[in-house]
Amino acid sequence: MEHIKTDICIIGAGPVGLFAVFEAGLLKMRCHLIDVLPQVGGQLSEIYPQKPIYDIPGFPVINAQDLVNGLMDQIATFKPGFSLGERVDHLERIEDGTFIIRTNENTEVHSKAVVIAGGLGCFEPRKPAIEGLEEFEGKGVSYMVRNPELYRDKRLVLSGGGDSALDWTIFLSEVASEVTLVHRGDTFRGAPDSAEKVFELANRGKINLVLQSHITEIHGNGHLKGVTIQGKNNDVSTIETDYLIPLFGLTPKLGPIADWGLNVDKSAIEVNTLDYSTNIEGIFAIGDINTYPGKLKLILCGFHEAALMAQSAFKFVYPDQKLSFKYTTVYGVNTF
Amino acid sequence: MIKIKVENKEGEVQIIEIPEGINLNLMETLKAYEYNLRATCGGMALCSDCHCHVYEGWETLPEAQEQELITLDTRPDATSFSRLACQIKISSEIDGLSIKLMGEGD
Repeated sequence: MEHIKTDICIIGAGPVGLFAVFEAGLLKMRCHLIDVLPQVGGQLSEIYPQKPIYDIPGFPVINAQDLVNGLMDQIATFKPGFSLGERVDHLERIEDGTFIIRTNENTEVHSKAVVIAGGLGCFEPRKPAIEGLEEFEGKGVSYMVRNPELYRDKRLVLSGGGDSALDWTIFLSEVASEVTLVHRGDTFRGAPDSAEKVFELANRGKINLVLQSHITEIHGNGHLKGVTIQGKNNDVSTIETDYLIPLFGLTPKLGPIADWGLNVDKSAIEVNTLDYSTNIEGIFAIGDINTYPGKLKLILCGFHEAALMAQSAFKFVYPDQKLSFKYTTVYGVNTF
Repeated sequence: MIKIKVENKEGEVQIIEIPEGINLNLMETLKAYEYNLRATCGGMALCSDCHCHVYEGWETLPEAQEQELITLDTRPDATSFSRLACQIKISSEIDGLSIKLMGEGD
C-alpha cells in the first residue's frame, strides 16, 4: 500500500482540478490528485481533445488538449502528486478533522482538506443491457483487457465497433484459440487500417466476424459458457465461449461519491457558493460536479470556484495562520 | 408549431410543440423542455447521452455525419434507427418526428 501525505487531496484531474493546484499553491498548500482515467485532463482529454474551446479568457480559441497541457505547465512549479488510473473508493474524516482517502489500487492519501473536482463522476465502461451480465463480471465478462495472457488458448467473444474493439480483436487473434467479434453494423468507422485488418483476418478464417448482430443473452453456471447472438433478420444462434469482452467506451457515473454522506441533487453535490464547501466540513466540490442556484457548467466558472475554495481551504491546512490576499503581479509565483 | 412525439426512458409519451424559427438542435430543445438529458459533450456528437431511437419521421432527417456514426458505434443499444438528438436541427421538416430517448440522464 502506498501512503501519501499532503495538504489537499483533489479528486479529479480535469481542468478545474488542475487549476485548483495553482490556486492552492499560491497559498503554499501542497496537492495530490487522483483520477480514474490514466491521463490528466478529464473530459477534455478523454472526450474531445482536438475540439476548440472559445470561452477561456485570454484565449480567443484554444484546443482542449492544449488547455490541459497549459494547465500542467502552469502548475508544474507547485509539484503536485498524481495517482492516475485509480478510483477513490473510500473517504473518511478521522477524529482530528483530517481525511483518509483510499483508492481501488490501495493508495492511501492523508490530507487536511479534500476537493472533489470529479466532473460528471468516474468514467466507467458502458455496459450493454443484457440480463444477468453483471453476475458474470470477473467470471468470464470484463469490459477491458488488463492482461491479454488471461485469454491465451481460450475462446473469446468481443462486441463493439470502435477502435478499441478492432484493436483488441487484432491483437487477441494471435493469443486466443478462437476470437469472435460481434458488431451491430456491417462496416467499421474506426481506423481504416484496423478495419481492413479485421476483414482480412475474417477472410483468412483467423476470427469469426458476426456483423449486423448483437448479443441478447449470456449463459453459464458460475462461469460464462456461451452467448446468444441475434442477427438483423432476428435469426438467433448461440456460441460457446470462455470470455466475453463488451467494448463500448466509457461513460461518467457518480460512482462511490454518492456514498460519502454528501448532499447530492441529481448526481451533483450541493455547495455553499461562499467557498464551494459541502455539508461536510473540510470537503469542497468544484467544477461540473457541484450544483447551486445559477450553476453553469463552464470551465471558467470552475476556475473561479477553485480560487474561492482555496481561500477557505487555507484554514484547514494552516489553522494557526492568518491569510492575507496577495496578487501574483506583486509577489509572483513562489514555488515550494 | 413543430410537433414531436417523445418517449422518455420511463416509457412516458408526450407530444411537445416547438415554435418555428427556434435556433436550437433537438438535444437543446429537449433539455429546454426539461427532459433529463445529461449531454456531457454539449452537442459535439461525442458522448451519445442524447442517443434516441427514431420511430417515425426517419426519412425527414438529414443524413448522419461521420462523427455521429462513430459515436453511435459505441452504443450497445444502437439500432439502424438510432440518431443523436444534438445533430438534428429543429425545423418544420421534422414536424411529426417520433423518438424514444435512450441516453443517460443526470
